[in-house]
Amino acid sequence: MTPSATKSDHPLVSVRDLSVRFDGTPPVHAVNNVSFDLASGEVLGILGESGSGKSVTLKTLLRLLPERRTTITGAVEVDGEDVIALQGRALADHRGGVASMIFQDPSLALDPVYTIGQQIAETVIRHEGATSRVAMARALEMLELVRIPSAKRRLGNYPHEMSGGMRQRAMIALALACRPKLLLADEPTTALDATVQIQILLLLRELQQEMGMGVIFVTHDIGVAVEVSDRLAVMYAGSFVETGSVADIIRDARHPYSKGLLAANLVGAVPGTRLDAVPGAPPALNALPEGCAFAPRCAHAEDLCLTTPVPVWSGAAGRWARCVHATREGATAVNKVAP
Amino acid sequence: MNTPILSAHNLVKHFSAGGFGAKRKVVRAVDDVSFELARGETLGVVGESGCGKSTTARLLVQLLTPNSGSVRFDGKVVGPELPLKAFRRQVQMVFQDSFASLNPRMTMIDSIAFGPTVHGASAAEARRKAQDLLDRVGLDPARFGGRYAHELSGGQRQRVNIARALAFDPQVIVLDEAVSALDKSVEAQVLNLLMDLRRERGLTYVFISHDLNVVRHISDRVMVMYLGEVAEIGPASSLYTAPRHPYTKALLAAMPSLDPDRRTHEAPLAGDPPNPIDPPSGCRFHTRCAQAFGPCATQVPSQFAVAKGHLAACHLNRSEETVA
Ligand SMILES: Nc1ncnc2c1ncn2[C@@H]1O[C@H](COP(=O)(O)OP(=O)(O)OP(=O)(O)O)[C@@H](O)[C@H]1O
Ligand SMILES: Nc1ncnc2c1ncn2[C@@H]1O[C@H](COP(=O)(O)OP(=O)(O)OP(=O)(O)O)[C@@H](O)[C@H]1O
Ligand SMILES: [Mg+2]
Ligand SMILES: [Mg+2]
Repeated sequence: MTPSATKSDHPLVSVRDLSVRFDGTPPVHAVNNVSFDLASGEVLGILGESGSGKSVTLKTLLRLLPERRTTITGAVEVDGEDVIALQGRALADHRGGVASMIFQDPSLALDPVYTIGQQIAETVIRHEGATSRVAMARALEMLELVRIPSAKRRLGNYPHEMSGGMRQRAMIALALACRPKLLLADEPTTALDATVQIQILLLLRELQQEMGMGVIFVTHDIGVAVEVSDRLAVMYAGSFVETGSVADIIRDARHPYSKGLLAANLVGAVPGTRLDAVPGAPPALNALPEGCAFAPRCAHAEDLCLTTPVPVWSGAAGRWARCVHATREGATAVNKVAP
Repeated sequence: MNTPILSAHNLVKHFSAGGFGAKRKVVRAVDDVSFELARGETLGVVGESGCGKSTTARLLVQLLTPNSGSVRFDGKVVGPELPLKAFRRQVQMVFQDSFASLNPRMTMIDSIAFGPTVHGASAAEARRKAQDLLDRVGLDPARFGGRYAHELSGGQRQRVNIARALAFDPQVIVLDEAVSALDKSVEAQVLNLLMDLRRERGLTYVFISHDLNVVRHISDRVMVMYLGEVAEIGPASSLYTAPRHPYTKALLAAMPSLDPDRRTHEAPLAGDPPNPIDPPSGCRFHTRCAQAFGPCATQVPSQFAVAKGHLAACHLNRSEETVA
């Protein structure tokens, strides 16, 4: 398999000022002014508070949100296509063809009444117009690719006849069947034990490199994010608050929320002792405060934090953090390096 | 020794997997599992997906009837010696599936208040308690109290479940993957809450999780299961630093590295677990064990005592056994 050539030097994914609102009383502003790029062959990990809009961001890229109750603004391009404008046939080609998604719970992706083989073959027929023989051959190839033992026999299995780890692999096989350019992974290993989890992560990393696929990987587990990602983004209250290379974020986070999230990690904590949780709770998504949404919980908050727009600190290699304090620390850090 | 608050005695649970007569097949989900819980203690339970953790939990809280074996609460056999209703008030469970125990047509406040009302609290009292508990699990009652289950994120729903279990004022709580849907910061809040309650009320926990860091942090003792059996059980500190079963070693070695320069390159354990319908003979782990030798394929290992309160069901420990 050769990595598919992307159109000129466009990034695979380009998101600009994306906002997603769910109508209702009160409305929910689930995603607010999110902008990022993803190159093909790159893996972006997204960490963030529960309810901060990670899943909604992924679903927007596949247009999986309830059409009538959702208002999407901003620009989303995947492989040069305007995803927000896609309709009918083009939208169907996009879902499962250009981009596909894997979930924490495989039952969201796998249909209980069809065998694994039938489901993979059906996707191949739908997207590539293949004959059923060719499609079934591809299904077998996919099950072998994700290393399901006795793949031939497993083609005839229903999802409930497989173990959790095997189902997870079958879902990955289904998602990759049409060789998508973009894979969206929403906590795909959270329900797995450590031994199966590391198998799946290594498999995903290998397939991603082989196929030159771009991946956005949402997880709560910082160790998992480190294992799979090139870059990390941290989300809070519907916004990206910081991005950078994995090493930059893990070793030198600049946004107080990212710092808090990393400090709450259990590695190295003395068992049984109280953990450094970020105090308080995130703001209501229908009534975000002016300025920095994290300010009400931030130990360093000052008057300047309550004004809009929040200044952004930019570092080397595309890393940035949306925080007044990061701009100052950044300045001193730069001074230290280059006196 | 003090009477354990809760104990499992040779629990066996087989599920039917189709077939009739001589061809009848069974999934040996839990096969002869025994352990004790001291009052105020936290027992962590880990193991491969499908090894029987949730089934053990359901047997423990009497949501499933075992094929054989029994559960004792404070020394009394549940059922014959202790009525189920009295037992239920003392032992609560938080389920892996966060939707499972929430009525979709009830608001969060009503779901939490339901338990205490059934057990005789006044409606107003139960409501006050529910609001207080929502607050303690980090959800503003004014904002979340009136919502329905589908209007919350996964992590928010799981915290409501924890509040719902606490509302019964139980002595024991069995938590099945109760924090896996939470981000690290909220997880830290919930773990702090659980540890505070343990101190305040002397609560006893059974804590099932795939996250080995979390289990290490909260547990006094840890039980490692493999294919329906107890592979190893012992104090958290000695089990994590000196595991004595090759499966436990593989499990610990599979933890992600957290160092971008030292990512994992090889999985410590290959393949899928064997079929629980027809588990391997002898030691059930021998088919995947790099250290398997003579007796492993034919003899079922007994639980060898390898250190104080630390048992490992692996033939490698045979010669080193300290006390029987
Ligand atoms: N269909 C919907 N209607 C109304 N609100 C929704 C809907 N889907 C999600 N939300 C809300 O939007 C916000 C973002 O949800 P999202 O599922 O993206 O969170 P998340 O970051 O993935 O959280 P978690 O880590 O818990 O999965 C949450 O507050 C959620 O309650
Ligand atoms: N109601 C049931 N009928 C038939 N088989 C069942 C039933 N419940 C569980 N099993 C089987 O029993 C075994 C143990 O399942 P259990 O849910 O206890 O595993 P677990 O250790 O909790 O796994 P996980 O980590 O994936 O939650 C599995 O093989 C499972 O498929
Ligand atoms: Mg989510
Ligand atoms: Mg389970």
